[in-house]
Amino acid sequence: MEINNIRLPHNKGTEKAETITIPLPKRVKILLSQHMGVPCLPLVKSGDKVFVGQKIGDIDAFMSTPVHSSVSGTVEAIVDYLPANGRTCKAIVIESDGLQKASDEVKPPKITDTKSFLKAVRESGCCGLGGAGFPTHVKLTFDKEKTPVDTLVINGAECEPYITSDYREMVENSQDIYDGIKLLQKYLDIERAFICIEDNKPLAIEKLTKISENDDKVSVKKLASSYPQGAEKVTTYAATKRVVKEGELPLNQGVLVVNVSTVGFINRYINNGMPLVEKRVTIDGDAILTPCNARVLIGTPISSVLDFADCNKEIVDKLIAGGPMMGMCIHDFETPVCKTNNAFLGFKKPKKKEEQTNCIRCSRCISACPMKLMPTSIEKAYDRKDKAWLKKLKVNLCMNCGSCSYVCPAKRDLAEKNQLAKRLLAEK
Amino acid sequence: MEKLAVSSSPHIKAPMTTSKIMTQVLIALIPAGIAATVIFGGRALILIGFCVAFSVIWEKLFSVVTKRKDTTDDLSAVVTGLLLAYNLPVTIPLWMAGIGTFVAIIIVKQLFGGIGQNFANPAITGRIVLMLSFPSAMTTWAEPFYYSAKDVVTGATPLVTGDATYKELFLGTIGGSLGETCSLALIIGGIYLMARNIIKPYAPAAFLGTIMVFSFIAGKDPIYQLLSGGIILAAFFMITDYVTAPVTDIGKVIFGIGCGVITCVIRFYGGKAEGASYAILLMNILVPYIDMVTSSTPFGAKKAEKIKEGEK
Repeated sequence: MEINNIRLPHNKGTEKAETITIPLPKRVKILLSQHMGVPCLPLVKSGDKVFVGQKIGDIDAFMSTPVHSSVSGTVEAIVDYLPANGRTCKAIVIESDGLQKASDEVKPPKITDTKSFLKAVRESGCCGLGGAGFPTHVKLTFDKEKTPVDTLVINGAECEPYITSDYREMVENSQDIYDGIKLLQKYLDIERAFICIEDNKPLAIEKLTKISENDDKVSVKKLASSYPQGAEKVTTYAATKRVVKEGELPLNQGVLVVNVSTVGFINRYINNGMPLVEKRVTIDGDAILTPCNARVLIGTPISSVLDFADCNKEIVDKLIAGGPMMGMCIHDFETPVCKTNNAFLGFKKPKKKEEQTNCIRCSRCISACPMKLMPTSIEKAYDRKDKAWLKKLKVNLCMNCGSCSYVCPAKRDLAEKNQLAKRLLAEK
Repeated sequence: MEKLAVSSSPHIKAPMTTSKIMTQVLIALIPAGIAATVIFGGRALILIGFCVAFSVIWEKLFSVVTKRKDTTDDLSAVVTGLLLAYNLPVTIPLWMAGIGTFVAIIIVKQLFGGIGQNFANPAITGRIVLMLSFPSAMTTWAEPFYYSAKDVVTGATPLVTGDATYKELFLGTIGGSLGETCSLALIIGGIYLMARNIIKPYAPAAFLGTIMVFSFIAGKDPIYQLLSGGIILAAFFMITDYVTAPVTDIGKVIFGIGCGVITCVIRFYGGKAEGASYAILLMNILVPYIDMVTSSTPFGAKKAEKIKEGEK
């Protein structure tokens, strides 16, 4: 069986762009909720002196991960902030002193067993760097008795157009990725590991194949460059032919899926103790003059990132955090960079607006849906608020990959309707 | 500075649009139009132009009268007009053809909500209404190349006489409706649509296969049955109509088989020589039910709980 997929224009013009560090911003704004789960509480107060890598926010909850200062300087204020997801959280504003002095807290963690390894992962502030932002230590915590995980899938598919930040990680830090995989295999006792890379990234495939060639427990899997190859359930199936059932995680099928950049970061943290304070992002789009891959500090305003890539903000009509298929629109240029960001795309106003017309029942959405849902039927059921039928159509399985909206010749917002339908079902 | 645009994902869309799909269908119908003009002369071209023009005019007029958005730029009215013309005999009076376009566009399509909303195939229903209203004008078949003779010579279609050769059937040099006689031109169009990924082969294959098998069992010549009448036109351009066919692949197969069986039953045991139009209209009515029973099983889905009565 082949999973339904679509072919997108790759537009990976930045794949050859080596990562460059952008100038130190004067001020950073670090959100206390950059991950799924419980937001952190501030550990510092206005006027405090902080250093790079110092923990400035944490909470005593499992489903959470701490945040760290990305600059050395002085805490200016702790403010309320409304991020794109609409959930207000606290943010710590720090004025940089320009010295970038590392905190005394930054030292390689002592790791002796699984427990100390997981604790270190939590302390690193790591969350899923593919974009979902799931706290990594939570993902790595499982009961080997109940869920016998035998396969580690390292997700390097990067199927979204434009984005090349994971690709650059694979090319520039291939050793970190390999060593990170060995750490996970060692401390989580996972027999085999597959590094899954789409076949439009031959250099990454070559590098990682070479590094792992003498290791029969780690192998590179070349996947077709189709969308959404990097979606967890799709990657799991492509690598292992195991079907993650409704309501299950890949863990239930014995598979642990971790993003390449995440695993590379974990290795660096274990070696040097510097928590997650910077992120590689791809800056691209038709409103960007110099598309590039940039290493940016968490909390940097996006406007500085765009300035670095020579972007005339006047002509930007749409600013997207993430890829064009699943990314989220940013409404404010001063939005700070978060741990989960992997790209910022600036687009000019399209020449002509495409209007929505009637569904012609062409069934392209049905052929495109990787979950084999029927978006056109879901749309009709949602419009008449038919909860029972929506349940039967399994709209809850939609992962919002956007393939249905993409292929629709009538330009209908099918993916959006799916999300609304999911919310309707969640209502009581 | 202007405000940034905010919208839900995805932020890019495929270049395909409804009007582009319709353009591809029109391109696929060109060979049959050329064949019709060669076989039936200049009046074929006039009839085609008339039907297309009036289909568009009706749709425009409807949008003006009902104060709705003018949708003629999606080109679906052009396709309907063209298909209806292909379903008419070359000798039909223009005013009758005009009634046909009115039925197809206004009654079958626009009154149900316009493109995408009609449950029956407009061109097919237009043809059926004309057939029931003007049976003699609709079954007066001019002989091919009649225009080079002095008088219009008419005769029965090979479906009735059963005396045409395969070559005649394949090239369309036989009596019949404008665009349905030349199987070669229609097959070229059908292959073009499949190559362009506009239609899927499921429904045509099921339809044509069913007719061959049924004909064989009923003791008729399968090839002759396929190539005569409107079967090839129906296979590639009628039962593949998005709006009035099921949405799932398996549904399309069921739809094709159903159309094939009913066509054969009407042809072999009914009172009409040609049954494809009625078969398609009958199966159109079943489409919502076919869609319901063939809805796809999502990837990894657990069995759906039974929907209880009144739970909404």
